[in-house]
Amino acid sequence: MPHRYFPHTEEDIRAMLDRCGVAEIDDLYADVPDGLRFRADYDLPSEMSEKEVRDFFAALGKKNLALDCFAGAGFYDHAAPAVIPSIIERSEFLTAYTPYQPEISQGTLHYIFEYQSMMAELTGMDVSNASMYDGATATAEAMMMAVAHARKRNRVLVSATLAPATRRVVDTYARYHGVSVDTIPATAAGVTDFDAMKAMLAEGNVAGVIVAQPNFFGIIEDFSGVADACHDAKSLLIINSVAADLAVLRTPGEWGADIAVGDAQSLGIPLSFGGPYLGYLCASKALMRKMPGRIVGATKDADGRRVFVLTLQAREQHIRREKATSNICSNQGLMALYVTIYMSLLGAKGLREACSQGAAGAHSLAARLVATGKVSLTFPDSPFLNEFCLTVAPGVSVDDIISRGIEAGLLTGVKIAPDRLLVAVTETATPQAIDRYVSLVSNL
Amino acid sequence: MNKIYYSPSHEYIRVEGNTGYIGVSDYAQQQLGNVVYVDMPEVDDEITAGDDFGAIESVKAASDLIAPVDGTVIEVNEALADNPRLVNEDAMNNWIIKVEIADPAQLDSLLDEEAYKALCAAEH
Amino acid sequence: MNRKLYGRLIFELSREGRQGYRLPDNKLPDALSSIPASLLRSSDPALPEVDEPTVVRHYTNMSTNNFGVDTGFYPLGSCTMKYNPKINEEMAALPAFSSLHPYQPDATVQGALELYYTLQLALAEIGGMAEFTLNPFAGAHGELTGLMVIRAYHASRGDDKRVKVIVPDSAHGTNPASAAVAGLEIVEVKSRPDGTVDVDDLRPLLDDTVAAVMMTNPNTLGIFEKNIPEIARLVHDAGALLYYDGANLNPMLGVARPGDMGFDVMHINLHKTFSTPHGGGGPGSGPVGVRKGLEQFLPAPRVVRNPDGTFSVEAPEEALGSVSATLGNFAVQARALSYILSLGREGLKQVGPLATLNANYIKESLKDAYLLPIEGLCKHEFVFDGLRDKSTGVTTLQVAKRLLDHGYHAPTIYFPLLFHESLMIEPTETESRETLDEFIDVMHAIAEEAITDPETVKSAPHDTPISGPDDTEAALHPVVKFSDL
Repeated sequence: MPHRYFPHTEEDIRAMLDRCGVAEIDDLYADVPDGLRFRADYDLPSEMSEKEVRDFFAALGKKNLALDCFAGAGFYDHAAPAVIPSIIERSEFLTAYTPYQPEISQGTLHYIFEYQSMMAELTGMDVSNASMYDGATATAEAMMMAVAHARKRNRVLVSATLAPATRRVVDTYARYHGVSVDTIPATAAGVTDFDAMKAMLAEGNVAGVIVAQPNFFGIIEDFSGVADACHDAKSLLIINSVAADLAVLRTPGEWGADIAVGDAQSLGIPLSFGGPYLGYLCASKALMRKMPGRIVGATKDADGRRVFVLTLQAREQHIRREKATSNICSNQGLMALYVTIYMSLLGAKGLREACSQGAAGAHSLAARLVATGKVSLTFPDSPFLNEFCLTVAPGVSVDDIISRGIEAGLLTGVKIAPDRLLVAVTETATPQAIDRYVSLVSNL
Repeated sequence: MNKIYYSPSHEYIRVEGNTGYIGVSDYAQQQLGNVVYVDMPEVDDEITAGDDFGAIESVKAASDLIAPVDGTVIEVNEALADNPRLVNEDAMNNWIIKVEIADPAQLDSLLDEEAYKALCAAEH
Repeated sequence: MNRKLYGRLIFELSREGRQGYRLPDNKLPDALSSIPASLLRSSDPALPEVDEPTVVRHYTNMSTNNFGVDTGFYPLGSCTMKYNPKINEEMAALPAFSSLHPYQPDATVQGALELYYTLQLALAEIGGMAEFTLNPFAGAHGELTGLMVIRAYHASRGDDKRVKVIVPDSAHGTNPASAAVAGLEIVEVKSRPDGTVDVDDLRPLLDDTVAAVMMTNPNTLGIFEKNIPEIARLVHDAGALLYYDGANLNPMLGVARPGDMGFDVMHINLHKTFSTPHGGGGPGSGPVGVRKGLEQFLPAPRVVRNPDGTFSVEAPEEALGSVSATLGNFAVQARALSYILSLGREGLKQVGPLATLNANYIKESLKDAYLLPIEGLCKHEFVFDGLRDKSTGVTTLQVAKRLLDHGYHAPTIYFPLLFHESLMIEPTETESRETLDEFIDVMHAIAEEAITDPETVKSAPHDTPISGPDDTEAALHPVVKFSDL
């Protein structure tokens, strides 16, 4: 009996083999040397019915613990409207390829144009590309873009306050791509030391500077004068931001950044244990043709209608091969649609409201946790939005906060040092969960 | 002295004294089709024979601009930034960069008009 | 597909005061006012203000101008546009997985780690490799990761003069682009008239500066590189490694394994061979596998199975570094596992043969009207060099556009670069004989029409939501956001 995904009957196969002039399907592989043929069975389970597949996944699912999430460190638990899954599961969006044929891909091209428009608004930049894999790879791409733009300079400065997971990806790309990366130290207040940055710029050979907003500790940094310092040294300024936070924070565009990058997972995308997420990359107009990835543009068709096409393709790998601005040949299409619908539904007001609620929850939780005397704010004088860093008091262990949290159904944060816990609050945190959190810390 | 030399990668250099006007040949613009963008270096940039100093793009193709000689950029053709199609209209008069030639002896290794025409005919 | 253009933008539906979503009210005092105003944006982003029904209708209408695998036949060469099973979507969306934070303690995500580990093992079995990482987000990302593995391997031996990668001229554009990102130089090796790599051309290129040779097998012409054992021997004798571009793995399922062919490193496109949807360009997933002896170089983080049967996330010291902040596109990986379990070892063995049967059937049925530059067996795809009758002046682009009128997605065109009029067709195993017959009839009809009424073909498409978009104007004067309009 043929598998349910294969339409071929015995009779079909017979007739098709006749057309091909061979007797057996195996004859179609006559050019594969016999010694290379894999004649055994794969060491894998037998075909499963849908019921069995469901049971298999359900059994695995039971081995996970659902926890109320106070972890962030770059990835945040936001509530997503029911509309989104219902739209992105539409097979016209889901099962389409890259929009190479604009005549039958206006749906995809259309939403990418909306996505680019919204991301440009959110970041305050001139141009957005059609999206990247995730925030970390987008940051690495921005680094390579800066180096390509600088032509001969190949040094990049990265703030110590960039998320370590992002930094690891930047370092990896840099090592193989021949870029040297130096760390700008952080001050005691947990922010980038810009005096140190200026001294490092003065040493020369710098193509780009990468800073984070809010930074890894949740702190909102003050970038006054930073863009000018970079530009005076002919360096580009790259700001990595949590996308959702830009609804209220001063934008990379307002700070004078040349490139704005980061992860847009915070715009309602499920945490899904690591992905798929969505990297964004926006730039100033001057850098438009140096951007990696796809870009959609508006134009007219033969009947004068406003239509959308992939444009500026001469930058890309299928034309430029090894001279391309990047090797990326896809975007994160469906996830770009995801955040486009999210931003449409929430609007500027809703995005601001989500930020405001996260901030209110975080400030309230931070104050109540500090009041227990078991923890203190690591950087008490630095402004934060919805994420903050705690240092545990002597005798209190971060591991205990995490393990007691799990017992109470809470993911209390991310341990980022032996005595430090990074805590994030979003609009999904219920007052009851916050109360449970406070009580478990006071009872330590 | 005002002479035009060509490179096998289809750039030309029109020489006036120690100054060279570098662009792409008429044959090259025909091969590219509608030019939509010319990526140009900055004034004072050094160019090196055989290395790329920019790129020229049409909708579905792109090609590097290869320096025919060593030199220093003294002017870039800003008109091409606004209207890259000038290259299609008159490639030979719409040069891309104007350079101070470092070593005129390098010109000897380039092709003259006749040799270049033969090359294009062979490619076609 | 709706052949009438919907064409509106969400911004144009915006009316001040509307909103499409309501957040819970946590009734806490405002905290934004504690943040210095100089750190806040000066004005709200100009996003649309729309209600929920308007949003739903807008995106639903927009979707109808799109063509997907569920809409119709999608013979796009080298893209493996097979049916995307629905059960995969259901499994990927299970809340037991979708709510997990990537940095949750291992003990609380044992099911997710087991899922991940199970897929690692399954891919290793199918690829004939020792171990896989699932971190890379796409095929091109997998290529880059694989090349980093290769560089890390050479570096570990103190062999730092290997700076070149050899790729055939028929390779996907991502191969040279990935090599460039990985800091390697590209050397191209020419194909023979039969489309395969010329071993005699390859041999003199293999010296001690070569880090790797990248091959696609079957290659982009759909032809199996039967000299692969000899090529592998030459590459290894030269101290280089052999990389398998998994873009064309589909016809090999159930037939042969890259590891057994002598490949050292490979990537797999889960969105091609393992049926996860392309999503209009992503998200994909590009796991990378390596033979024994190279495992330690795979990127961090990795999932390992402990002796007590539990699973942990690790970051080994020898790892090449990290190419992702997380374990990768987990929900895509879940779909691929669902597919592997649904097919099972029996079904997986039929994938390659049926895909190859479908491709050969189309090739044999159309070679009377379309120019087949390389005769003989193909695998999952093949390339025509345009119409056989060149006198009509009808090009591959025009044939492709005419196909759109008939309700098909176009094949891949003008790739590979070996022919002037490349038309690359890949039907996949999930298409029925009736679908293929109808497609063959239409292709014949277009070839006939190219003779009887060439103008109709040349001016195609005639029956699509839009026609003749001005690409030149788009590139000359880029309009890339709403406020540019």
